[in-house]
Amino acid sequence: MSQSGGVLSDAVLVARKDLLLERRAKIGIGQVLPFAILVLLLFAFALDPDRGILKLATPGLFWVTVLFSAVLTLQRSFALEAEDGILEALRLSGMSPAGIYLGKVTALTIELLLLEAVLVLGVAVLYDTKFLGIPLLFAIALLATLGIAGAGAVYGALAARLRSRETLLPLLLLPLLAPVLIAATRGCEVSLEREAMSGWSWAALLGIFALVYLTLGSFLFRPLLEDA
Amino acid sequence: MSAIVHLRSAVALIGRFPALAGVNLDVHAGEILLLRGPNGAGKTTLLGVCAGLIGLSTGEAVVLGEDLTTNRRAVRRRVGLLGHDSFLYQDLSVVENLDFWSRAAAATVADGRAALDRLGVASRLFELPVHSLSAGQRRRVSFAAMICRRPELWLLDEPHAGLDSAGRDLVDGLMSEAATSGATVLFASHELDRAEHVAHRSVTISGGVILDETPPSTETRADS
Amino acid sequence: MTTTKIQSASTVSPAPTGTGSRGTKVLGGFALVFLVIAVVYGLFISPPDAQLGNTIRIIYMHVPTVMAAYLAFIITAVSSGMYLWKRTEFWDLLGSSAAEIGVLFFAVTIVDGALWGKVTWGVFWRWEPRLTTSAVLLIMYIGYLAVRAIPADPRTRATRCAIIGIVAIVNVPIVHKAVDWWRGLHQGKTVLGTIDPEMGGTQLFAMYSSLIAGLLVCVWLLIHRFRAGFLAERASDLGLDQALEERRLESSPATGEDA
Repeated sequence: MSQSGGVLSDAVLVARKDLLLERRAKIGIGQVLPFAILVLLLFAFALDPDRGILKLATPGLFWVTVLFSAVLTLQRSFALEAEDGILEALRLSGMSPAGIYLGKVTALTIELLLLEAVLVLGVAVLYDTKFLGIPLLFAIALLATLGIAGAGAVYGALAARLRSRETLLPLLLLPLLAPVLIAATRGCEVSLEREAMSGWSWAALLGIFALVYLTLGSFLFRPLLEDA
Repeated sequence: MSAIVHLRSAVALIGRFPALAGVNLDVHAGEILLLRGPNGAGKTTLLGVCAGLIGLSTGEAVVLGEDLTTNRRAVRRRVGLLGHDSFLYQDLSVVENLDFWSRAAAATVADGRAALDRLGVASRLFELPVHSLSAGQRRRVSFAAMICRRPELWLLDEPHAGLDSAGRDLVDGLMSEAATSGATVLFASHELDRAEHVAHRSVTISGGVILDETPPSTETRADS
Repeated sequence: MTTTKIQSASTVSPAPTGTGSRGTKVLGGFALVFLVIAVVYGLFISPPDAQLGNTIRIIYMHVPTVMAAYLAFIITAVSSGMYLWKRTEFWDLLGSSAAEIGVLFFAVTIVDGALWGKVTWGVFWRWEPRLTTSAVLLIMYIGYLAVRAIPADPRTRATRCAIIGIVAIVNVPIVHKAVDWWRGLHQGKTVLGTIDPEMGGTQLFAMYSSLIAGLLVCVWLLIHRFRAGFLAERASDLGLDQALEERRLESSPATGEDA
């Protein structure tokens, strides 16, 4: 039996559908983004901005905020697929599971990158941060986000049908993303010229992480869709 | 003539509960078979098994020539399932849903539009999000999303539920038309008056078994 | 004809009454002997270390527990992969049993690591790379056990766990690398979790006997846990034949009740 258009066209179809859903329901821009900005404010309240702690911790706070927002985005993205029998419909559609996975990851990556772009502006204004090493910063943001979306889509799909998904997803996902947090934070510190070590080795680590999880997810999504 | 659905001693567990407790059933090509039975009898599970969604723990199942005990995926493209759930994204509009599901099933966007037309979904509803539709309208859209796949086997769970009498007539017409054009229909219904009218044959399922079992006929063992 | 993977209750051989067997008794005996040797040598006979002093005695415990934990997680990972391939109950039970044992040993590792830290640095916790890595991995596997504890269809539960088992093990080297680099600029060589090549004779003997003891205890616990899990599955299966019978009876008019 020939599959429809193959993995790639399935991925494009799913990604476009997810972005369309975001455009219609505006959960990301209307709820997740304000939450993320709120977290930035809360950090400023917790860490006295006048004593420079906030400035020193900026990259770390930024990425922690991104991780929390990613958890919310993932919850939303996979709750949609678990409602109204959609999972059954997806299984019946004959689309390739790897295609569905890569489509979800693509849409998540785009949404999170947009969120990060707004957050960077927020950090620049609220925390008075100056950015140097722009290419490195871009590379790190892209690779880290791919990694977050790649690993997150696996666990997001796994948790989606569980009644305790709201509590389970962060427990499963955040330890998994600890290396991403470390690498992205340190990499950003390099690009803000606070670290001596080459930032590109952090970018490489993020790249490896993303690659590993995208590969793994492409293979694991079939049993995930069928049996989990 | 070959059996489109061929089940023997089929046992299916939902969790550890035997929803199907040894079903024997043959459905022939071009047939419209009504599945009767009380709530919790196993109708929905039986349809899920035929769609390749639910695996058997013991027994035989051959649907559209595919052995479901070895591969449940091959058959899915070729069946259409209308379930209790709408199978639609609530936040997307009617046409957005149809475009997505028709393309996901390797049909064209035009197939989706044609199906909406066939189900009598008014074009003023096309741009509305599915969550704002009435139950009956939503049912018609789900039906359209199912038939745009051009399934060889129709599996319908309560196809009349939530529809007005015009809608029910429409569904009956679609079923008869499908059977005439070579597809096979297996549907579960509580609306016995109406359903028995359109069905060629009916069987009763209760307690996870078919009560009035078709005798294991000899003429239907051509394939498998 | 492909038929079933679920064993019906009637085909199960006479139910064992416990999880012990001659094999596990012998294994347990060996584990006990090595434990005694490890205690005697580790605490009394071997001399204090030239640099670490008496704290080296904690390391005699620390290294075996961390090794046993990693062994258990590798078993979980292999079983997870095998489960997705073979889909048999054996691999599911082996994987989940090993994950439990791994979490247990990892928790012990972190506690004895913190004790070592208290004696050596005066604080229970420093962001020492090995300890930090262990803490992250421990929580990752606690997530595995959390998913395991959610009641579900056996095949569904097994698939979820297998996926987590695979994802988690792949993350182990990545966490290692990230944490190493993270602390790399601030701290020198790590002491915990390595065997010093300059150890003397009785120190080395204490080290290796405790290592053997740790691995034996791990395997011994694993076998018992596996058997307990197997018995629990059989207990759940016992109802199946009866459930099928009851299910079919629902249809007989004699019961007369609404379904």
